[in-house]
Parts: sequence; structure tokens; C-alpha cells
Amino acid sequence: MSAVVTEKKLKVVGTRPDRPDGVPKLTGTAQYGADYTLPGMLWGKILRSPHAHARIRKIDASKALKLPGVKGVITAADLPEQKFEYVGAERVAQNFWHMTRNILAREKVLYEGHALAAVAATTPAIAAEALKLIEVDYEILPHVIDVEDAMKPDAPLLFEDMITRGVEPPPTKPSNVSKRVEFKIGDADAAFATADEVVEMSFKTAAVHQGYIEPHACLARADADGQAEVWSSSQGHFVVRTMTVKMLGMKTGDLRCHAAEIGGAFGGKTVVYVEPVAVALSKKTGHPVKIMMSREDVFKATGPTSGASMTIKVGVMRDGTIVAAKGLFKYQAGAFPGSPVMNGCMCGFAPYDIANVNTIGYDVVCNRPKSVAYRAPGSPISAFAVESTLDMAAKKIGMDPIQFRLKNIAKIGTPTVWGPKHSHAGFAETLQALQKHPAYTAPLGKNQGRGVAVGYWFNGGGESSSTVNVNEDGTVVVATGSPDIGGSRASTAQMAAETLGIPYEAVRPIIADTNSVGYTQATGGSRVTFATGITVINACKKVTEEMCKRAAKMWKIEPENVIWEDGSARPAGKRAGEFPPLTFKEIASKRTATGGPVVASASINAEGQAPGFSAQFADVEVDPDTGAVKILRDVAAQDVGRAIHPSYCEGQIIGGVVQGIGCALNEEYIYDKNGHLENAGFLDYRMPVASDLPKIDAIVVEVPNPNHPYGVKGVAEANIVPPMAAIASAIHGATGKRLTDLPMSPPKVLAALDG
Amino acid sequence: MAKQHVVTTINGNAVEFLCDTRQTLLEVLRDELHMTGAKEGCGTGDCGACTVNIDGRMMCSCLFLGAEAQGKKINTIEGMAAGDKLHVLQRKFLEHAALQCGICTPGMLIAAKTLLENNPDPTEEQTRYWLAGNLCRCTGYNQIIDAVLDAAKELRGAKS
Amino acid sequence: MSEMRFEAPKTAEAAVALLAGASGVARVLAGGTDLLIQMRGGRVEPELVVDIKGIAEMSTITSENGGFRLGAAVTAMEMHEHAAFSKAWPGLTEAAMLIGSYQIKGRATVGGNLCNASPAADSVPALIAAGATATIVGPKGRRDAKVEDIATGPGKNSLAKGEIVVSFLLPARPANSGDAYLRFIPRTEMDIAVVGAGINLTLDGKGVCTAARVCVGAVAERALVVQPAADALIGSTVDDAAIAKMGAAVSAACRPIDDKRGTKAFRIKVSGVMARRAAAIALNRARGKN
Repeated sequence: MSAVVTEKKLKVVGTRPDRPDGVPKLTGTAQYGADYTLPGMLWGKILRSPHAHARIRKIDASKALKLPGVKGVITAADLPEQKFEYVGAERVAQNFWHMTRNILAREKVLYEGHALAAVAATTPAIAAEALKLIEVDYEILPHVIDVEDAMKPDAPLLFEDMITRGVEPPPTKPSNVSKRVEFKIGDADAAFATADEVVEMSFKTAAVHQGYIEPHACLARADADGQAEVWSSSQGHFVVRTMTVKMLGMKTGDLRCHAAEIGGAFGGKTVVYVEPVAVALSKKTGHPVKIMMSREDVFKATGPTSGASMTIKVGVMRDGTIVAAKGLFKYQAGAFPGSPVMNGCMCGFAPYDIANVNTIGYDVVCNRPKSVAYRAPGSPISAFAVESTLDMAAKKIGMDPIQFRLKNIAKIGTPTVWGPKHSHAGFAETLQALQKHPAYTAPLGKNQGRGVAVGYWFNGGGESSSTVNVNEDGTVVVATGSPDIGGSRASTAQMAAETLGIPYEAVRPIIADTNSVGYTQATGGSRVTFATGITVINACKKVTEEMCKRAAKMWKIEPENVIWEDGSARPAGKRAGEFPPLTFKEIASKRTATGGPVVASASINAEGQAPGFSAQFADVEVDPDTGAVKILRDVAAQDVGRAIHPSYCEGQIIGGVVQGIGCALNEEYIYDKNGHLENAGFLDYRMPVASDLPKIDAIVVEVPNPNHPYGVKGVAEANIVPPMAAIASAIHGATGKRLTDLPMSPPKVLAALDG
Repeated sequence: MAKQHVVTTINGNAVEFLCDTRQTLLEVLRDELHMTGAKEGCGTGDCGACTVNIDGRMMCSCLFLGAEAQGKKINTIEGMAAGDKLHVLQRKFLEHAALQCGICTPGMLIAAKTLLENNPDPTEEQTRYWLAGNLCRCTGYNQIIDAVLDAAKELRGAKS
Repeated sequence: MSEMRFEAPKTAEAAVALLAGASGVARVLAGGTDLLIQMRGGRVEPELVVDIKGIAEMSTITSENGGFRLGAAVTAMEMHEHAAFSKAWPGLTEAAMLIGSYQIKGRATVGGNLCNASPAADSVPALIAAGATATIVGPKGRRDAKVEDIATGPGKNSLAKGEIVVSFLLPARPANSGDAYLRFIPRTEMDIAVVGAGINLTLDGKGVCTAARVCVGAVAERALVVQPAADALIGSTVDDAAIAKMGAAVSAACRPIDDKRGTKAFRIKVSGVMARRAAAIALNRARGKN
């Protein structure tokens, strides 16, 4: 633990400076994905399937190509075929055979909104008109939307040759079950027999969308020599590059991707939809091409996270000890394999020290858009089921829900269901912080209830790079490869300033393009301030070492007798006190005379990230005549390790809670009997608006991560995990009715009250 | 195709443009006049990211035809700061960390400015309802509400 | 691609001439908060759009025979800001002010809300409960019609080709009258009504209800005037029993559908709840308490 810098020494870390990228966003000059244009630019638009499931017999674009102003049309035939294989770590494995089919459908369309052709034209109106002229001959097939229906033996198959992975021996018949996963410690079945109380419940959740306000958009420019450039809104422009070159058979170095400002993502912009299409159209037409999705496209063809069906069983002793737990999780993958069910199986019981746990998960394809990461992917879904069941268990033995969780909380050394032992503290501390909140014991009124839940998320490490350039006036430019969604340029600049010992204002953080800085994974998994942060700190340390050498040159002494302290080089050892300290600025100004530019880069494949943990309680009031649920209060404690910029930590916590509230109360994908999405817009996909909410109360808990120089744990995700169960338990407290089907919208609540 | 000729005022400047009669004001601002501060989040008036002020009222520029701009006085985010001096609301948004991704911010600022022009001393509840048409998915609104109320306070102080 | 003609006439008669003379699909543009969405979605591709906001009689509120003449293109915000109008018809004003965000309220009009003919239109039950009459101008001249006879089903109205609603007459208010409109939505703002209920009532000097109109929205193909609900109030002191009977009559009259916004069972029950709560507000207003 001693590796973490203690609080009292910190000057910039932990303060709340203005963000470096703020002003352009406040004045309208910041450029997001849709804000870029180039001379001679064409407008790309994408033709999408009106059917939930159909075989494509033929696509005829000849009439569209004859429309004046149309410069090119592409279909899947313009993209190379990909090998069928799952690549990457199992939790996040990808299959490019699937990916290319999601970008432009080949044999079949698998959901309403599935892209199957694209056109580039001189105006958006002509491009839209051209889409109507593309003739597609479909053979409409039966479809399946619900995960339970998709698992039935007679369900329509999305892939006629899909054999479930993870089952030994492999099944002989194909199905929509892409994969089965199982985790186990101890012997849960035997332990249930010893329990004083056993609670078993089943749950359903709806598919919910990340709901970022900025639709996907990009601008691409391809040259005849094979080089290309992309400006797009994504969580990782390196990811855009990797996926786009793969989809188009290009050389990696030939594609230069720029990170536009990004208008929200929450996991939904970690994959590509429009970028390969825009590059292909640009190649084909010889013009830059811009593609913007509509909001309807976003709902129908991107995102969401899985809906699920789940059954949870827990066994508890009267003293509160949880002795056994089982979870069965069936997650919708959408049209292609890859739901976050594995995460759900791992995270559900992760907060607890339970000797006997068994979780089983199924990844199931169905005729919906392919699910994509959404803030702590998979964890909010399983936590809703687990935390709701635990609330019932605590009520059954008459124990306070925070006390119950504290009794069972995982500590350093507690085994996880997936094998390794927990290696970080902070869970208990977070629960204790919540318990101490004065509102936890505040009395409740009529029709009001209070519910508690916790949430776990792994947090991420991984590959990051940064480069620090020292300028002659003593300022520095810090270039990273991490797109900034929620203030990471501020935290980057703070960590750099702290490490260099210079003012925050002397640091100019930027996000460099893919061909100007080292490889960096996407902004996701709450990894940027941790992993990219370490590279920034390490690069800055290299700079201070170099600055010491430069000072030694200026003083004409041995470099080993110079140290860096409080932003200055100081003579030390046998030279201590011989010269007054040289400031960063003074040394920088002598660049040319002391050896030329001072530049340092650092890269990492970071390990040692600490998990995110959030504990929350929600107070609600239920209108007994309408079933409307009003959120009166939500208090959210989260262990952030160390808050580099407390305001943005609080912002992450509050934002995650509010997304959870939306998921709890109103957000859901609604399909009609034809497999058409009925609410592909913000009117009927009901995200929380300002008047729906009270002030959310964020408690920032700091139990530093010893594996980061300033103790960072990552803050963006764990907060979205608890609200659904906390609200369900609060509704239970208010009404005596347990809602097990998300969202807990007024018709469902009223039906429960009247039932 | 014959285009509509429109003479209007944007941020105090006389502006003339030609537009397709079906183009919305948002499309005209962004694609014809290259003022990309107003954002398209939905195109159906449900998110408020394209909010502009027209003749003193805030409106979704996606639900307003470019042709309707004839003779109007339009104010957009690009006209909010006075040169290099930020408007109080802009400064308070920065101070309160009231933006994360920033895509809703231009619309939110125009809406907040219109609120304070109509009601210099709004309650928190009035502010929340006034801004209900401006979706923010990042912040959960806490810091936005704080920034608006703090700006209102400063503006009231400046007037008295 | 076809072209779209945009016209902004200064008189109702000029607007009628344009609409009547159109060879293809013609649409009136008032606030545009429905029309532009329909155009964007490709559900309507007009050959002619007639912007009627420049027509004086359509965009003003004036006094007439002790009541008010409300221009069909007056926006919700303008109604709200008109002190005398909003004082006389708080329920109708509040109904209009429930439409969408403040961005929409400054743009959306009662005439547009009515003629767009959504069964869930918020201002329509309130307008019908108020006993408003619509004045229509068409190729054959002017005529008046009851508001409840304009919308006939989802997206359908009874106007003939070339006809436009130019204004509404809100009758003079007897003493001790009050109106109210409440709707249910899942969020606090920004949703379409799952159910809506408008009530307008008048009391005599002793507090006995002498006249009442009850109209509910989003529970049938168009706003429903529920006479048995009104009858439950008339002759009573609008006590709890009368209000309960009125609410039950509202629920009984509903013939809703299950859809993405709510279930049949929910709508039937909650329409009664909203009607009861609206009646309590209207009663207070009639008694001069707010």
C-alpha cells in the first residue's frame, strides 16, 4: 500500500479545476462526429431491413445508381469475407465473420434495421431517395424475440449450423444457444440443505439502450493509393482502425483515425457500424463521405444491452450468513453471439463471501440488434436478480439489509466464483459509508419505502500509450490515445501536473490520432484514468529524469546528484545546496543548449486494476391509484480509489445512478408481433428527464488502489449496477409487492398492487 | 429544384440563405451555414439538443422549417458568449462540471438562458421542468441544475 | 424527386384557396410539431405546405360575447401568458401546457393538436369539456362545428378538402365555474398521455352542480364525451360519492387498446383516477379556491 502517494503531498490531484476541453463545448465550436465536413463531400445513407428475419434473395441497385447525384452503392459483396473464429479474451471475444455481417448483411437479415446496402450521393435528400430505389427480394422467415422462446427446441434458427459452445459432449442439433458458461465453488446444492431459509425467485429484464444523445456519425476520406482517414465519434479510434482495416482488408498503417468529440457512448461506441461503410463508399466514389445515423437507426441497429430471464436461489442462516447461492442467467445476445452473460455470472455474487456458489449462463441469439457493451456490461442485469433475492432473504430473517451485506461482504483473500481471490479492500468501507448517511435512518411516510443494493464491476486495465512534449515556455502537451467522454483530459492534465510539479494550466492534454501516438484500447471498463493515467505519470517521470539531466548540464555537475522535487531540479547528495533550484520552466527554456527537445513516451499493458464497488439506497413513493413510482432520494456510495477530479467522479456516480433509475422504471425495447421495434425514439423509449429526479447524493469513498501511483480505481461503471434492485426493494417496502420484471413501469406496478 | 430564398437574423447578423423547402432550420444551420453548435440528437423534438431561441422563445430547430425563418430573430449557441467573454451560464457550467460529453450542452445553455430571461429567480423544481425537454444522459442533471441556479443568483446580483 | 411548395398567406381565405387548389397532398403548418415529424418519417410527402401562423385571426386571443375567441394557431405558451384567458380557462390552458417540452409549448397550437387527431391529444378533452365551438373556413365559406365532431379517429378529421379550423369560441363563463385537465404519463414530462381527463363544471349559489362536461382522452379512437359521468355530478354537491360515481362512469365508458404506452386494464382504471382528481381541482376552482 505504501506505493500510493499520500493525500497531504498532493497539490493538483483531488482539486476541481475547469476542464481543458470545456470552452469549445460551451460555445458550440467543439467538433463531434457529425460536425466534420470536407470539400467535395458526399452524403452516405444506409438501407435497412424492414423485416425481423429474412433471407436476401437479391439486391438490385441499378435504379438507384441511375438517379442523378448518386455516386456509388455498396453491399456486402464489396467487403471481403472473414474467417469464422472467436478472437480475444473469452469475456470480450469477437468474431469478424459475424461483425462483417452486422455491418452489411449477407445471406440473411437478422433484425429490423439490419443494414444491407449503402449509397453515397451529393445531397442527403438524393441519398434518401436512392435508398427507396434499391430493390431487395426477401424471403421472409419466422422470427424470435424473447430469450425463452429462442431457446425452445422448435424456435426459428438464426444460424442453421450453430452448435452450442461450452457443452461436453457438444449437442448434435443446432440451436440459438451460442454458448453455455458455468462457474462453481463449493457445493451449493448440498449447502442449501443446511440453510435455515432458502429463497428462490425468477426475474426478467428488458433490453435497454445506452441512450447516448449523439447518434453515430463519421466522415471518411480514402485515396486511390489505399490510404484513408476517418473522423468519427467512438470510444476508441484505435478500435475503429483495427475493425475497419479488418473489415476492408486494408493495411493498419494506411488508415488514420481521428477521435472526434464524442457525444456519449456508455459502451455503445466500442464497435463500428458506419466507419467501414463510409471508407468503402469513399474508396468507391473517390469523394469524402459522411454518414450520420438517425435516432431511429440508433435504436434499431446499435446498442442495446441484453434483456434476460433469470432464476436465483440463496440459502441463509438465521445469523445472516449466506451459505449457498445459485444463479441461472439467460441473456439475449441479439442477432449475433456475444451477450455479457459471462460477466453476469461472475459479477452477481462477487460482492460476497459465500462458500458455495454455482452460476450458469446462456448466450442466446434472437432477432434483435446485436447487444453491445453498456456500462458494467452484464452486471446490472444479474445484480437486479441477485440483490432482489438477497433483500427477500434479509427480510425473511429480519436483518437490516446493509448489516446483512456487511456480514457477508467479500474481503481481501475471499475467493471469487471464477477462481482468483479478491485482492482489494473497499467493499466494506463503502457499505459503512452508506450506513452512516443520516438519511438511511430517516423516517418514511405513507406509501414510501427504502431499498438497498450493491454492485460490483471488474474495472479494466489493458493497453495504453501517451507522449509528453515539453515546450520552450515550460508548458507541456500530453498526448494520449484515449477518447475523452467524461472529463479524462482534466484528470490526465491533473496527474501530469502533479507528477511534473507544474501548474495544471501549464498542461495541455490532447487526444492524438492513431498514427501519432501508441496503441491504446478503447475508453471503456473504467480504465482510462487507471491505465492511460499510469502511462501519463510514467512519461512525466521520464521527463523529470531528463529535466534533472538537463539541470546537471546547466550546472555542469553529475546527473546522479540532481533530484526532482516540487517542480524543480535541485542539487543533491554531495552537491546539495551548491545551486539554487532550477524550475521546470527555466530548464525548458534552455532546451536547445542542453540537448534538444524533451520528449517522453510511455506504454503499458496495465494489470493491477481494482474493482469498482457501489452501495446505494433508494427511497420511493408509490401512487397506489396509478402505480407511478417517484424517486424521493437516492444515495450512492462508491469506492473510487482516489478521486483525481472529485466533480467528475461525482458526475460519473450520479449519471450511472440515473441510468439505473431509467432502467428500473421505464426504459425497455418494445416489439410488436412482427418483430418490429415499436419505440425507436426518445418519445417512447423513456429515459429520465430532469423533472423526474431528485438530487442524487453521491458519496465518494477513497480506499486507494496500491497499483496506481495516485490510487485510482476507476469510477464510471459500478454505479449503474445497484439502482434496479434498490428501487424494487423500496417498492416492496412501500407496497408489500415484489416486482421481478423490469422495467417497473406504472402498468406493471398497478397490476401488482391490484393483483 | 427551385430553392427558397430566406432573409433572417442570426445572432444579430443579417443572414440570407437558399434552402430546400423541406429542410429544417437545424439542417440549414448545420449543412448550409456551417453552424454546427446545434446538434441533432433525435430530429423529432424529443431531446432538445438542437434548441435555438427564435423571437424570444426556445424551440427545437429540427421542428422548424428553414423557410419559416424569414424575418425572424434567431439566437444560437454560437452567439452566446460576447467575444472571448463567456456568458455567466457558460462559466457556471464549467465551474460546476455540468457537462460530461457536452453534446446536450449547447441546447441546454440556450434553454437555461431562455428560462432566466423569463424567470430570473426560478426554483429548483421550475428549473427541472423547464429543462425537461433537454435530455442529458451523462450527468443525471445534478450539476446542470446547480449551474443554472448559481448563474441565476449571480445574474440577479449583477442587476441589483 | 417532387418539390414542396411553401406558402405563408396572410388571410384564411387565401390559405383556403391554396389548399383547395392543391393538386397533390397539401398540409397546413401551424406549430409543425406533428407535421415535421411525419415528413421526416416519410409518412407524408406534401406537395404544398401552407404556414398559417401569419394569419391574424388565427394567431390571436380576443374577447367575444363575454367569452374568448381563441385563434387556432395560438400556441400553448401564448395561452398561458394571456392573463385573462388563462384565469378563465385554467384547465384548458394547463392541458395545452402539458404538450411536450417548453420548446414544444412555444410552438404547438390547439388547432394543430385537434386537427392532427391523435386520440391522446392533451388539449382536446379540455377543449371539449369547455364546450368550445370551432369556426371553420373552407371553399364554401365559414361554418361552426362542435369540437368533438372534428377528430373522428387516429389521424382522421371531418374537415373537407380546403377547410381549416381558424378559431375556437370559448363561451362566457357563468359564476362559480371551474375546469381542470389531468393526464397520466410514465415520466413527469415529455410523454404522450396514457389517459387524460378534462372536467368543466358550474355550481349554483348553494354549491350544487348545475352543469358539467366530462371528456377523456387516449381511451378510444378519439376523445370521448362521457355523459353518464357528467350526469353523476349534475345535481350533486360534487361530494366524494358523486366524484366516485363519476369516476366509475368514466372507466365504464373507456374502450382502450393495449399498446406501448399502457395496457387496457391500466387505462380503464387510471382514466377514472384522473377524472376524479381533475374533478376535485375543477370543484375547488368553481368554489373560487384557486
